[in-house]
Amino acid sequence: MSDNTWMYRRRRLGNALALVLGSLATLFGLSWLAWILWVTISKGMSALSPALFTQLTPPPPGDGGGLANAFFGSVMVSLIALLIGTPIGIGAGLWLAEYAQRRALGTVVRFLNDILLSAPSIVLGLFVYSLVVKPLGHFSALAGGLALALIVLPVVVRTTDEMLRLVPSTMREAALSLGVPQWKVIVQILLRSARAGVVTGILLALARITGETAPLLFTALNNQYWNHDLLKPIATVPVVIFQFAMSPYDGWHALAWAGALVVTAFVLVLSLLSRLLLARTKVTHD
Amino acid sequence: MPTSNEHILRSYDDELSRLKGELARMGQIAVAQIEGAMDVLERRDSRAAERVILNDEAIDQLEASVSHDVLLLLARRQPMARDLREVMAALRIAADIERIGDYAANVAKRTIALNLSAPIPPAANLPTLAETAIDLVRDVLIAYRESDPDLARLVWERDVELDALYTSLFRELLTYMMEDSRNITPATHVLFMAKNIERIGDHATNIAENVWFLATGTPLEEPRKKGDLTATGAVDPERPRKD
Amino acid sequence: MTDAAVLSQPLAPATVSATKIVARGLDFFYQGYHALKNVNMDVPERRVTAIIGPSGCGKSTLLRIFNRIYAIYPKLEARGEVLLDGENILDARYPLNRLRSKVGMVFQKPVPFPMSIFENIAYGIRHHERLSKSEMDMRVELALRQAALWDEAKDKLKQSALGLSGGQQQRLCIARAIALKPEVLLLDEPTSSLDPIATGRIEQLIEELKRDFTIVIVTHNMQQAARVSDKTAFMYMGELIEFGDTEKIFTKPDKKQTEDYITGRFG
Repeated sequence: MSDNTWMYRRRRLGNALALVLGSLATLFGLSWLAWILWVTISKGMSALSPALFTQLTPPPPGDGGGLANAFFGSVMVSLIALLIGTPIGIGAGLWLAEYAQRRALGTVVRFLNDILLSAPSIVLGLFVYSLVVKPLGHFSALAGGLALALIVLPVVVRTTDEMLRLVPSTMREAALSLGVPQWKVIVQILLRSARAGVVTGILLALARITGETAPLLFTALNNQYWNHDLLKPIATVPVVIFQFAMSPYDGWHALAWAGALVVTAFVLVLSLLSRLLLARTKVTHD
Repeated sequence: MPTSNEHILRSYDDELSRLKGELARMGQIAVAQIEGAMDVLERRDSRAAERVILNDEAIDQLEASVSHDVLLLLARRQPMARDLREVMAALRIAADIERIGDYAANVAKRTIALNLSAPIPPAANLPTLAETAIDLVRDVLIAYRESDPDLARLVWERDVELDALYTSLFRELLTYMMEDSRNITPATHVLFMAKNIERIGDHATNIAENVWFLATGTPLEEPRKKGDLTATGAVDPERPRKD
Repeated sequence: MTDAAVLSQPLAPATVSATKIVARGLDFFYQGYHALKNVNMDVPERRVTAIIGPSGCGKSTLLRIFNRIYAIYPKLEARGEVLLDGENILDARYPLNRLRSKVGMVFQKPVPFPMSIFENIAYGIRHHERLSKSEMDMRVELALRQAALWDEAKDKLKQSALGLSGGQQQRLCIARAIALKPEVLLLDEPTSSLDPIATGRIEQLIEELKRDFTIVIVTHNMQQAARVSDKTAFMYMGELIEFGDTEKIFTKPDKKQTEDYITGRFG
């Protein structure tokens, strides 16, 4: 009896200890996040104004002005990235999940995609630099979009593949047993039931490229003026933040903080949106 | 494929063997009742006859518990194939044994009436009749216990013997009644007793048919030789029987 | 006639029925594993044929050969002959499209497509026939009525099929299959994920559908096979052990293995 009590006490003690250590570790991690958010919000809020979205980036020493051209540039570059990365990504994901399921080639492609997924983004930037920027002789929005598309692509491939594989095989069989050809089944039935998951993947990819700086430095570069020519360098928020933050001017610093705040908020909204989407599909799948 | 005589669910086997046990017990009591009836007939002991009549209650109770167990088994196990036949046979055999018990009690009841008049010689033939009936009942119960279709078939065929004995006793009693009208009352009682014993044989053959079906899954259907000719006055021995 | 003799009489005289599907010397290989061994079987027309047997006996495999749905996976091979109205469906020249429109299938778990109830049924029809809006409406209604789902679904045809209960979803899947006006309906354990009430409805439905369709049902539930089918096949380890009238299989099977299986003596 006393043996049991002793064991029971030891277990309780161990449990409490693990709980405390775990909580501390979580707190440690979260505290940095909270700190970053706090600094971003407190410094960014002060520079937040309508001018931020309407005026161009100011020349040094940089008083006043906004980030309008950078926001526009970011939207353009991201759009290009999504337009290129999404269809190819979904196509490749479809092929992996539906046609290459039990083939060796599928396994190889899936592995290569995973490598691309974890490749440093600066390497992708360099790759596009040598492939597009060098031959053309100048930086361009298109090159920036291409570099980001290389980041979007593996994410979309991975989520499409995963989401399609989550669709029960009986759904395939049921649709095929109606005599409907495979490509129709995939597009009209399988992709539809995996839709929420695929959209989530795209949103997450967008969230990821929104904050990317390194690949853009080699490709889209920067531009102090308004530009909508895809073959010319274009300003993007992360690169502008990078440039302004490194500068000695207080006005630029303030704009950088404001830009950081907007990007952070945007990414947060995207993440929440994708969570929401996934949660909704889970309910309907049961 | 591995085959087995036991169910995967052992309690199913327990329930089936419990059913068989109850029927064996019913059969034992029924046989004892026929013997008892013959005993009181010989000893002209009306008090003992009352006991035989009361004993029938035990068989009725066992039949009720067989019905109950069959109901539970059907609800719980949904028996199939051989098991289904087993359960159905149990239910029907129990009903037959219960009737056999009733006939034994009836015979005992008539001994009380018979004791009111002087003994008549033909009554001495009743034990022979009863012995044959007991033989049939005993054998058919063994056939049931062993699931032996051949033995069951033998019983089924031997019912003719009983019928023949009954027919000859019937003629003898008719003669007695014609000789002396004072014999009519006791002779009629003996006749009824004989008829009851003959009916016991019929139930034994019913049981035999059920054992056959239980063991083979096919009905036992072959025109059986008839020994009881009293109804037709020995006109058509091949006439199919309807019971 | 004795009582025992009455019992052995068929409940309803087995009227002669044409043979719809004939399997001859059918073998099936799954990556070298011999899953079906020389199966010979005649499936009667407009009757319910049940296939029973322990897990892994090949009963689902056999069913999945009848509409060649197995062929969507690589490394599966069927040898021998399966004749549907006299034509060998295993012949590569037999058009898959025609086979699938003649042989419908319903699966173990109800899998409604992620679209409205109406679209679930119209989807398959659209692939095979060009129909006007009103014709399509009628076809969908007919299918839902045949599947005994019309009354429950008529007011929510535009709603997602995922909102239906499990039993309703399964009847929707049956409606979806019979909407193509197939001749054969394959049911692969159609009630194994349903409660007894929903199961009862499906069984009632099977009884009604056998007037118009040849039905082959794979089931784990032996009582269900006994209840709904006219013919029963017992399979074990890829072999067809016994095939005959359901009544006979469940009261007096010829083979000891069949008897042991259906009485729960398998061991």
